[in-house]
Amino acid sequence: MLWLIHACGDSTMVKQLKEVLQDGLYNRKFIIGSSITLLFFAMALLSYTWTPHSVEEINIAVKLAKPSLEYWLGTDHFGRDIFSMLIFGARNSVIVAMVAIVIGMGVGVPLGLIAAAKKGWIDETIMRFNDFTFAFPALISAIMITAILGPGSVNSIIAIGIFNIPVFARITRGTALSLWKREFILAAKSAGKGSIQISLEHILPNASNILIVQATIQFALGILAEAGLSYLGLGTQPPAPSWGKMLNDAQTFIHFAPQLAIYPGLTIAITVLGLNLFGDGLRDVLDPKLRRSR
Amino acid sequence: MMPVLEVKDLSVSLHTPRGLVRLISQIDFSLNPGEKFGIVGESGCGKSLTALSIMSLLPANAIMSGEIWFQGKNIQNLTEKQLRRMRGNRISMIFQEPMSALNPVKTIGAQIAEGLLLHLRINKKEAEIRTKQLLDSVGLPVSRFSLNLFPHQLSGGQRQRVMIAIAIACQPDVLIADEPTTALDVTVQERILDLINEIVEDSRMSLLMISHDLGIIAQTTERMVVMYAGNIVESGTTVDVFQSMVHPYTYGLFSAIPKPNRHLHARERLYSIPGQVPEPDARPVGCNFADRCFQVEEICRITPPDMKIIHGQHKVACYRPISHK
Ligand SMILES: Nc1ncnc2c1ncn2[C@@H]1O[C@H](COP(=O)(O)OP(=O)(O)O)[C@@H](O)[C@H]1O
Ligand SMILES: [Mg+2]
Repeated sequence: MLWLIHACGDSTMVKQLKEVLQDGLYNRKFIIGSSITLLFFAMALLSYTWTPHSVEEINIAVKLAKPSLEYWLGTDHFGRDIFSMLIFGARNSVIVAMVAIVIGMGVGVPLGLIAAAKKGWIDETIMRFNDFTFAFPALISAIMITAILGPGSVNSIIAIGIFNIPVFARITRGTALSLWKREFILAAKSAGKGSIQISLEHILPNASNILIVQATIQFALGILAEAGLSYLGLGTQPPAPSWGKMLNDAQTFIHFAPQLAIYPGLTIAITVLGLNLFGDGLRDVLDPKLRRSR
Repeated sequence: MMPVLEVKDLSVSLHTPRGLVRLISQIDFSLNPGEKFGIVGESGCGKSLTALSIMSLLPANAIMSGEIWFQGKNIQNLTEKQLRRMRGNRISMIFQEPMSALNPVKTIGAQIAEGLLLHLRINKKEAEIRTKQLLDSVGLPVSRFSLNLFPHQLSGGQRQRVMIAIAIACQPDVLIADEPTTALDVTVQERILDLINEIVEDSRMSLLMISHDLGIIAQTTERMVVMYAGNIVESGTTVDVFQSMVHPYTYGLFSAIPKPNRHLHARERLYSIPGQVPEPDARPVGCNFADRCFQVEEICRITPPDMKIIHGQHKVACYRPISHK
């Protein structure tokens, strides 16, 4: 891995990235977390080019098969290949969680920046609206929103995205408020910059580490929420495979084919754990104070 | 000659949990074009607040009264947009802590270029050329200092040079230096002061040098005021104040400076003014310095003294100025 880091060019961006990666190699949480996360993304990408079997192909003759060379993790009650379904489910989870983060950050970060820059009634309004949306637990609000919009993967993306908005608004505002008190902001003001420019040129770049870490956490939560919604039949609709749907299907056979529940359950758990470790490790690696003390 | 900057009867109060506290009052001075002017006083006496008032950057909970005229305009009548066009362009400021006054995640090149692009009508290419010239002129030649360095990769003195480059980027008419060398080593201090002096003289800017250090004021200014607990207590040409200080506080400040050629135990014998500076919310009724003054009289504790002329430009706020006859 090191040679890859060294092989890169020498622009400042790359240099910073190099530093982060080099530090990352000494952080166990970061290594484990990023490996799991990479594996998960690789699975999702793999689904575009290759899966051992088609996931829509129903073959009752081989239903509930044991793991074999042909079916690595066995088959489900319709004879579909479980491993292939897990790979497809990964793609589904990535897309839902990723787009939901884009929605959450796209709306939440500007709201947080505005709230911190303008203070006063604008801040009040934004934050009260935030409290309102925040009052509902993730899954409950997602269920409410899909109940209104109707089930389906697009609507579950919107639901999770909306849930992400106040999270990002709040953390952006909090970080921005403390940054606004720093002396370099006063210096930026004394250089003639206005609040929009300061928010974009000074606040946002200094908040980016915190936002990136929060994004990995929301990513994990998004995957959980998507699985939950699909489990309830409100998310991804069959025949498109999703981890939550697999869990739901497995319920019927829980006594004589528990592996049907164990595989997707374990996959969800490991992925979420990996993402959380990754976020945690990233927090340490990105923290300039920790870095300098090393 | 019309002054480029005039501060008239400036007072600043702050809303605090304990009520409205007056931090500075009746600050009066003016700065002529190309002049080097100093404000000296102990930490906490209100020097930075005076500077921020001039930049119109007081905290939101501050209340200002009095007038500040910059280039013939009362800055209180300027819109926010006009103020932004003034700051960093016609009047700019160097801060005490170069580490905290620079954005930690941006390269020094970007931070200098930003100001240029904001105020001057130039494109990125021209801004980069100008940035290199600026770094050159503050003693950070591009042959050795890349534009892509981050603040944490520089020493304190080098960072302050970057701050200076940012401040002078648009060739302002007034440069405010608020304790520009307080955070630096003594050897570096000298070179930074020389640099500021050189720049100010070369481009005929006016300099407002703020420091708690009389030596720095002597070295860099032509006229000066002495501040104590939010007031100006003495003002005049730097030569006047240094040669014949008349306020007991100024006198105390001078006596507190270690003089060279004294013998080894000079430190212990150094005079220090008895007592402490009163907190802004616990200032006495009369003269703020009364409790620490070695020649305090009854009147000093009743009403604060007004500024009165000693001779020429030399003024003092004291009922019993020290006589030099
Ligand atoms: N934002 C603030 N809130 C409360 N008190 C302040 C604030 N800014 C300055 N002060 C007080 O105002 C006084 C003058 O401060 P300042 O102008 O920074 O002094 P100086 O620059 O001379 O050291 C000090 O007593 C300081 O405690
Ligand atoms: Mg100060």
